[in-house]
Amino acid sequence: MAAEESYPDDLRYHAEHDWARIEGDTATLGITWYAQDALGELVHFEPPEEGSSVAKDESYGEVESVKAVSEVIAPLSGEVVEINAKAVDEPETINANPYEEGWLVRIRLSSPDEVDELLDSEAYRKLLEEQ
Amino acid sequence: MQTLRRTPLYERHAALGARLVPFAGWEMPVQYAGIGEEHRAVRTSAGVFDVSHMGELRMVGEGAREYLQARLSNDLDRIESGQAQYTLLTNDRGGIVDDLIAYRRERDDYLLVVNAGNVDVDDGALPEAENVSNGWALLAVQGPEALERLEVEIEPFTFREGVDVLGVRCFVAGTGYTGERGCELGCVPEDAPRLWDAILERGIAPCGLGARDTLRLEVCYPLHGNDISPERTPIEAGLGWACALAKDFPGVERLRRQKDEGPEEKLVAFVMEDAGIPRAGMAIAEGGEVTSGTLSPTLGIGIALGYVAARLADPGTEITIDLRGRLRRARIVPKPFYKREER
Repeated sequence: MAAEESYPDDLRYHAEHDWARIEGDTATLGITWYAQDALGELVHFEPPEEGSSVAKDESYGEVESVKAVSEVIAPLSGEVVEINAKAVDEPETINANPYEEGWLVRIRLSSPDEVDELLDSEAYRKLLEEQ
Repeated sequence: MQTLRRTPLYERHAALGARLVPFAGWEMPVQYAGIGEEHRAVRTSAGVFDVSHMGELRMVGEGAREYLQARLSNDLDRIESGQAQYTLLTNDRGGIVDDLIAYRRERDDYLLVVNAGNVDVDDGALPEAENVSNGWALLAVQGPEALERLEVEIEPFTFREGVDVLGVRCFVAGTGYTGERGCELGCVPEDAPRLWDAILERGIAPCGLGARDTLRLEVCYPLHGNDISPERTPIEAGLGWACALAKDFPGVERLRRQKDEGPEEKLVAFVMEDAGIPRAGMAIAEGGEVTSGTLSPTLGIGIALGYVAARLADPGTEITIDLRGRLRRARIVPKPFYKREER
């Protein structure tokens, strides 16, 4: 079942509809409610490899619905330290709970200063309204 | 920008919150509740599709049979009045201009239901036929419970006209594009919203083009523009069964030759052995291309159709699909991926 639209205040957002939860020198990444709704029922998450590097603003994986494929853009740079096996095995989890159980990867930040470039919940909502 | 056409049910789709997309010049619902859910409704109970974008051509008058017999691939004499037939319109090279269903009313009276994107091309190839598409709305009601819920009795590949279905005067045909039992209902555009409402009241799920595509792909029905095209012949596409090679029609010499010698490439069905979903346009590393692909809602794995060299076409053969730069293993399987259980 799809989740209710929300953009939690404790997350930071990237304009390509990705979120980051910053915890010290690591960050958990995922796609926003808007992104999962636009794609529809997700059926596949193609994750990066553990230990690989991801670069801010660049694709680190793909999510697919029955009809469409979308690249997942990294909001921050770093090294992949964990992949959410549940998102791989049951991609519908991303639809059901995009900010908690449906997270995608955890990274160790290589440039923590990049966090300042991300949007807060209010700025991201504003961006959505303008689209 | 070209203006998109809307079917008589556009308001209904919008009111149901359907996601509407451009398709073959029409603004059509791709999904309502979700492709997976709609797909399962058709496989397990019943679903209804607005297919009013499809075209209808009428060929009537003395010589109509001879006229069509010389231009369509299948043998019209294999069917009688009240029966329907899958057939092809071919070009001089034997390429597939369109695939369609011919409904035989009388010896010299036929209705042809053709793909939305090919109405003008077909009309051009059959100048004596009249394009009557504007007079038709068409709904496909499909699934194991479809006929029971409509209280309609119709045998596969037959049709009847002037039938009362839920209070609307309909053309009822035992045809469809999902691999399930069911029917297609034609009516005048003014009656379509009333018929649609009555169908939904019977607990039949509204379904969009997204589910229509996954359903047809599971049963390996080709989609014109993807799996078949003017550049591909029926022999390559595995549609030789719809070609009466003993009669004359455009490109028949080439098709006879291809059948004797065997085509260089064949349309095959394959399943992914590795993770990932094959998509139209992806390259097959051993040579060839994916023409349709999806995640099968029934099987839960990536399935696809594509052309490969004939020597690779046997079921069991391993091939490699280029999934946007990642090489993934797949295996050719017999068609179809899914077959309904007889009840």
